[in-house]
Amino acid sequence: MRWRHLDKSLFVWVLLIGVLLVLVVNPLARLLWASFEHGATGAFTLENYAAAYGRWRYLEALWNSLVLGLAVAVLGTVFGVPMAWAVSRTDMPAKGLVWAAILGTFIVPSYLGAVAWILLAGPNAGWLNRLYVWLTGAASGPLNIYSMAGLVLVIACYSFPYAFVFTRSALDLISSEMEDAASTLGAGTLRTMLRVTLPLTLPAILGAFIVEFLEAIALFGAPALIALPARFQVMTTMLWQFFEFPPKVQVAAAYSMPLLGITVLLFWLQRRIIARKGYVALTGKGGERRLIRLGGWRWVMLGYCLFVTSLSFFLPMLVVLQAAFAKAWGRGFGLDNITLENLRFVLIDQPITRAATLHTFVYGGTAAAIALGLGLSIAYIVHRRLVPLGGALAYIAMAPFVIPGIVLAIGFYAAYTTPPLVLYGGAWILILAFTTRFLPIAYANSDAAIRSLNPELEDAVRILGGGRLLAMRRVVGPLLKRGLAGAFILVFIPATRELSSAIFLYTTGTQVLSVLLFDKSDEGNFEILSSIGLILVVITVALVLAGFRLAGRDFMLKRTAS
Amino acid sequence: MTKLVLKNVTCRFGAVTAVDDFSLAMEQGEFVSLLGPSGCGKTTTLRMLAGLLHPTAGTIEMDGEVISSPTSSLPPEKRNMSMIFQSYAIWPNMTVAQNVAFGLEVRRLPRPEIRAKVDQILEVVQMAYLRDRYPAELSGGQQQRVALARAIVVQPAVLLLDEPLSNLDANLREEMRYEIRRLHDEFHITTVYVTHDQAEAMVTSDRIAVMHQGRIEQVDGPRVLYARPRTRFVAGFIGRTNFLDGEVRGGEVVFDRFAIKVDRFAEPAALRGRVSFSLRPQSIHLHRHPPSASDSTCIIPGEIVQRAYLGEHWDYAVRPKESALALRVTARPHEVFEMNEHVWLELDPRQMAHIR
Repeated sequence: MRWRHLDKSLFVWVLLIGVLLVLVVNPLARLLWASFEHGATGAFTLENYAAAYGRWRYLEALWNSLVLGLAVAVLGTVFGVPMAWAVSRTDMPAKGLVWAAILGTFIVPSYLGAVAWILLAGPNAGWLNRLYVWLTGAASGPLNIYSMAGLVLVIACYSFPYAFVFTRSALDLISSEMEDAASTLGAGTLRTMLRVTLPLTLPAILGAFIVEFLEAIALFGAPALIALPARFQVMTTMLWQFFEFPPKVQVAAAYSMPLLGITVLLFWLQRRIIARKGYVALTGKGGERRLIRLGGWRWVMLGYCLFVTSLSFFLPMLVVLQAAFAKAWGRGFGLDNITLENLRFVLIDQPITRAATLHTFVYGGTAAAIALGLGLSIAYIVHRRLVPLGGALAYIAMAPFVIPGIVLAIGFYAAYTTPPLVLYGGAWILILAFTTRFLPIAYANSDAAIRSLNPELEDAVRILGGGRLLAMRRVVGPLLKRGLAGAFILVFIPATRELSSAIFLYTTGTQVLSVLLFDKSDEGNFEILSSIGLILVVITVALVLAGFRLAGRDFMLKRTAS
Repeated sequence: MTKLVLKNVTCRFGAVTAVDDFSLAMEQGEFVSLLGPSGCGKTTTLRMLAGLLHPTAGTIEMDGEVISSPTSSLPPEKRNMSMIFQSYAIWPNMTVAQNVAFGLEVRRLPRPEIRAKVDQILEVVQMAYLRDRYPAELSGGQQQRVALARAIVVQPAVLLLDEPLSNLDANLREEMRYEIRRLHDEFHITTVYVTHDQAEAMVTSDRIAVMHQGRIEQVDGPRVLYARPRTRFVAGFIGRTNFLDGEVRGGEVVFDRFAIKVDRFAEPAALRGRVSFSLRPQSIHLHRHPPSASDSTCIIPGEIVQRAYLGEHWDYAVRPKESALALRVTARPHEVFEMNEHVWLELDPRQMAHIR
């Protein structure tokens, strides 16, 4: 009789919780464990920490990361905040164009941006240097992308959209009445902006500052492309060097602890800042919103917006397109330099790149599907209180959000290269790492979707004789289809371009395009690099358009706002 | 035949006791309402019957089998019950016909039979012409009928209704009360109906269980419940009433400035010490001249202290002579008395319900 009383779907929930533990908890636990483990004997030791922090070189890389992070966050804020203000609050013209360019910036992976900037500002041959020489008749150009300043510029170009989106959503909530109150007291536009508008948006700007900082210190691709030739190291490139044969996993694990620690701490801080109720004025109600008339200054603002987006989007895309279709990129923009050979080589002739294109799709799609299925199930388990301590599951599902991709990859490496579960060497370790990395996106979207659902709809299924699983299939799934399609794409997009975790986990035979692009960068064949990058961009654009169709125009912004 | 038995069922959420020692036995085919103010535990009780919640103490039995106990419960899908939810819970991704057919599909009936049954029940609830509509295209009342059809078509052993009419407008609510009773008379499904509306409960039910703070106050048929409430809460919750507090002294019940002989009451043996009664406003009659006293009634002089004309009746407040009480009296529209007019109250002690 007790068996009859048992709800059989419980087995499914337990199984899914097991999967969650394998994906999130085990790699992290193994990472922590590995950092205290003697490489050969497996005994407890502190040697790894001594090795990781015992050399000046290693500490310098840590310091460089902090400098990089701060500089990127400052520059990104300087780029993004004025643009957000101009688009949200002023009568600046051509807002659609600016908006499209920012969306375009989202679409360019930062490592492709780094490739583009090497074409733009490489010493001597870079386009901007050649332009300078041509204009001034000087012997050589002033720009050298292979420097800390160059790296900061490149990463800031791809981080400022955070500042833009965060600030803009805060500005959108401020009513004109608050600004009018200052104006009626005699404050001018600038004074009002500095004394009223800016302080009200400060929590959002600070939040974006932290996210930009974290993004910069966790990034692998752009630093590897720029910092290594420039002969300096940051934390992530250092971690990569620990993995050169023979891989020193234990030392890498110990070395990744500050990166993990800083990230967890700052995300916590960011949530505190955003959640602070001190600025209660940020309610959407009350008061219409009028645009500030800038007069002649609106052209200055537009100029600034176009300047920034030129750095992040227009110029990089221009040179990438040129190189992708050029016989030799240095020969310029002439019609006689155009060819389809590069793309043909990448897509058709070369088996490795052909396979990598396929892998990119298959791994990304599979990871997105698994992440979504798991995220939805966990959100369901949590909200319907199907197991005790469900709240802990929510935390576990969101945990990868605060784990830098490179750290997660080391955790996966530590967990799944040795029995009992050996995944290293196959496609699954990549797929599962992508799944874990982007599980928080899937979970957050599923969570919002489940919240919108009246539980009585499922109760009705059950009381009429259907089990929970039937309720999922016949009612929950179909009703959430639209929202989940958007979530699927939101996972799919970053999974197709993920580099920092893939670089540690791929082997010959399981390359994806991002890894291939990075690998080929050694050869200096920028036509091929640009072709691969272009394919990645095309894939992303296609997915974004599919998302617009399936889930509505605002599906990407919902996520970035959350 | 006894169908459902709740034995000492208790449900706690943390420190809050939502349902406290609830016991009730229901006959096959009986229609019982759980009536009470919001937060009294009636929906919790219903959800325990459905298997959507588990009791922290006590058991629920159906046809002699324990289906709910603190240690294990039969999941809702195996109880052969149906439920109508406050939100109707019509699945918006399915048409009317698909909604109604769902329970039959789960029971793996052959396709032609499903079709026939769906057609028949949609005919019964007058929704056949809307069978291919989606719920978003239906009015509240139509959604309600779909919910009814979906619940009844599977011929459940027990039908549970959770405030099914609370989202309808007043006219439709009144119509649906009779509809629900009509369907019960047609299909004789054992039914538990949760509501906070006494009129709904009185129209539909064979018996009403009045709940208050998680406990059952009284279970009786509508007429007994109204005429002989056993607790102060029931008397006050069902209809309007006057409370009279008195003390038994020397063969009389002494109230504030008037007294009635103990043997005039319905159950004189139970009257001892301090006693309280509920007296309905309709049970008091007003007279301009002293009526001739009879064996059954007693006459008390008084004065009109408040009055209101409500169209269907008069609402008076009358103060018995020298008393601090103000008794509410309902009178027919033509029984007009002026403010401060001296009147005689005629009341029947047997209609005074002795309450705890």
